[in-house]
Amino acid sequence: MLIVLLILIPLLGGLATMLTSDKSASYIATGFSFATLVLGLASYYFYIHPGQTELVFNYPWIEALGATFSLALEDGLSLLMVILTAIAFPVLFISMFNKQPEKAARFYGLMLLAQAGLMGVFLAKDALLFYVFWEVALIPVYFLSSLYGGPKRIPVTFKFFVYTFVGSLVMLIAMLLIYQQTPIHSFSWNSFVSVGSTMPPSEQQWMFWLMFLAFAIKMPIFPFHTWQPDAYEQSATPVTVVLSALMVKMGLFAVVRWLLPVLPEGSRHWMNIVMLLAVIGIVYASLMAMVQTNIKRLIAYSSIAHIGLMCASIFSIQIIGMQGVAIQMFNHGINILGLWIIVSILEHRLNTQDMREMGGIAKIAPAFTIAMVVISLANIALPLTNGFIGEFMMFNGLFNSISSYRIVFTVVAGLGIILAAVYTLGMIQKVAYGELKPTTENFKDLTTNEWVALAVVIGLIIWLGIYPDVLMGLVNSNF
Amino acid sequence: MNAIVISALLGVVMMLSGLVLNKSKQIQWIAILGAVVLLGGSLYDNYLMGMGNTSYFGMIELNSYTAWFNVLITGCLLMYFLLFHKHIASVGKNDAEYFALMFFIMCGVYLLSTYTNLLILFVGIEILSIPQYILAGSDKNSLKSNEASLKYFLMGSFSTGILLMGVALIYGATGSFDILSPKFTDQFQQLSGMSSMSLIGILILIVSFGFKSSSAPFHFWTPDVYDGSPTAFTPFMATVVKVSIFLAFIRLFHFSFGNISDAWQISIAFMIAMTLLIGNITAVYQQSVKRMMAYSSIAQAGFMLFAIFSFNATSWQGIMLYTVAYTLASLGMFAVIIKMKDYTYEGFNGLAKKEPVLAFTATICLFSLAGIPLTGGFFAKYFVLSAAVEQGKMIGLVIFAVLMAAVSAYYYFRVIISMYFKTGDAELSEPTTTIEKAFLILNAIIIIVLGVLPNLVLLR
Repeated sequence: MLIVLLILIPLLGGLATMLTSDKSASYIATGFSFATLVLGLASYYFYIHPGQTELVFNYPWIEALGATFSLALEDGLSLLMVILTAIAFPVLFISMFNKQPEKAARFYGLMLLAQAGLMGVFLAKDALLFYVFWEVALIPVYFLSSLYGGPKRIPVTFKFFVYTFVGSLVMLIAMLLIYQQTPIHSFSWNSFVSVGSTMPPSEQQWMFWLMFLAFAIKMPIFPFHTWQPDAYEQSATPVTVVLSALMVKMGLFAVVRWLLPVLPEGSRHWMNIVMLLAVIGIVYASLMAMVQTNIKRLIAYSSIAHIGLMCASIFSIQIIGMQGVAIQMFNHGINILGLWIIVSILEHRLNTQDMREMGGIAKIAPAFTIAMVVISLANIALPLTNGFIGEFMMFNGLFNSISSYRIVFTVVAGLGIILAAVYTLGMIQKVAYGELKPTTENFKDLTTNEWVALAVVIGLIIWLGIYPDVLMGLVNSNF
Repeated sequence: MNAIVISALLGVVMMLSGLVLNKSKQIQWIAILGAVVLLGGSLYDNYLMGMGNTSYFGMIELNSYTAWFNVLITGCLLMYFLLFHKHIASVGKNDAEYFALMFFIMCGVYLLSTYTNLLILFVGIEILSIPQYILAGSDKNSLKSNEASLKYFLMGSFSTGILLMGVALIYGATGSFDILSPKFTDQFQQLSGMSSMSLIGILILIVSFGFKSSSAPFHFWTPDVYDGSPTAFTPFMATVVKVSIFLAFIRLFHFSFGNISDAWQISIAFMIAMTLLIGNITAVYQQSVKRMMAYSSIAQAGFMLFAIFSFNATSWQGIMLYTVAYTLASLGMFAVIIKMKDYTYEGFNGLAKKEPVLAFTATICLFSLAGIPLTGGFFAKYFVLSAAVEQGKMIGLVIFAVLMAAVSAYYYFRVIISMYFKTGDAELSEPTTTIEKAFLILNAIIIIVLGVLPNLVLLR
């Protein structure tokens, strides 16, 4: 029952918020998101103390098809994603208290509906239910990106939507093909996995691409990434948080949960190609990030680089690599949330995303600069920040993978770390150091709500950086 | 059987009411009441079928699927009347006649869903088509309407002639019109045992059905007819009529020609590919939303053809669900289109601000047409695709179909973009009453309910 509430509370909250007035929408939405956070932490408690509450939910849905409404929180990865989604929204809403959007009721309502969809993706144990939530999570985000954002947002978001939709439809066909082969005609995850163990490798090989296309577009992986920099740049920054911190995790999560177990031979066959694409993506995106002047595009490209490393590490099919990915998914979510909050503060104060107009903020806004530097260093995976442990484990997995090109991949991916340092430190230098510009002269330091939100993020960065055992304990159990 | 008789009687009642009553409101309400009575009649037929009365005169037979289909299609007719009754009456001066013609068309629908004799197939198709020629040309002052009516009449008669040719050839090969008789079924047991006359007859039947159901390459009449007809009648033609043609098609091909499916599946597959390609690509280029809906109905027909292509029980479920989901979604969308002054995409700019209810219900309908989950249209597409995957051949065609479905998302979403994200002054030709909005919301609610619980419409 508990896990149904994880989806139900944001859903009802979203609908309720849409009906309230714009003035109180922010507080009501934050209230609902706190309720979800409490539920998320409760799930964490019940997960590490098993036996008290069942963290599963099954309800018959469409018997004719063998689809059940089944949700489960049975492994560390889903739990990490649920907690990430539960933390991200309240922190985001708090940081937005002094930056209310137009028609706030509609905005917050759609955000909470997106949260409900995301929770559903991470909890679903039934393939058809997973597909429904996968699409449903997209709809509120599509509306949010098209209603709020930069001047070119409508065609850019449309491209994003149609691109993702193509991938999802092809994935549906793959699901139907697998469903046909299930012994008891069921969509449950268990029956899908049992099909995978018996399907001949030759069939698995082309089915792999049918399923992987959707996830490759969602993450995104080079060369399916072209929608992403424009979409991140043009959408309003709070919406970019949802896209970047949470929706890309949907793609990675789906590969670990729905692709590798279901088509193991196919994944093994194509792992070199996928790792190659991911590693090319790391280097390409890092190089692109280095030359960006728009801060949002810079972070967008850096996101492609980080995700590329995570994807390559998944396909190393090593336990330590997968554990590293699970940890990094959580940590990257937290870090990028913090980074986008920094960007939203910059946008709000300076009305610009162009880094050439920024500079010297460290002189007049020390608190902001400290926050920015800590979060950026976490992004580079500096030791003592939470980004380090995941990255270390991922490289370990990549280096030890069974691929014959593992050394090449690891070395090239390692370049990504160096380049990440280059563009991130370059970003900090352009924004915070140097001479004060006319636009930044009157930069006000952090307001109360902003430093509360950032304090949560920084607190997590440092705590999980010094004591990552909390996360390790969660992911040790299932891989 | 009752439904057939009641619909014919209602047609006569409507004609007479046109003579007796002179207030249009009264005529509309009699029509709606008549639709309710018709729904009752088809439910009673369904009940009788459950009791065992299935065959009538050796020419009509109800089974569980077709009796339930009759109920569903009558429900759709009722929804059509509820949404459009005012607009139907305002097309011209002969309100009662328009309703009468629609009841006659329903008579044809019932014949087509239950026929077991090829002559009844012909009679049903003619009863279905001829009133439509009249309806298409009802707007006597519009040249487009006249053109639509003439095109429809010529193409319709031509294709009925082809149908008769096919029926005649099959009669020549089998010696019987009755598709349940042993003489008939013996002919179609195996591919090797068939005479070339019956094979050509089947091919000609496919061509004729292709014309009637606006599948490519026989679709050329559809955009002009749907676009030229008065907007009040286009939804009826594009939904109820089209779906019943598909049911007639699937009935014949699955019951009678099922064993020789190797012979005709390739032709259907070719038609599917062409229909999806042409329907979707041309819809992308349209500037008028009404014409876009006409082309999109061709594309939807392509998906319905999948149900015929796959010879299994899932395809019947698919047709049932497609009936309701596609019809309700199209009706809802047309109900919004008909209220606009300007039918182009620019005419929809900013509708969400002016009329949020209209924009919201139109969005739900467009989601359903595009196949987004949580709407009935998703499960409709799911079932037909699942049926195609289940029968195992030509998976490449299925993948092509979903790529075309993504293309369709483009032109459906263009309307959503105009309504919500572009600023403009969307003008309505007349203000919408609360009751009309209530029915639009009811329509949207049914679509969402079907999207969550499709088993309400499916048979066990």
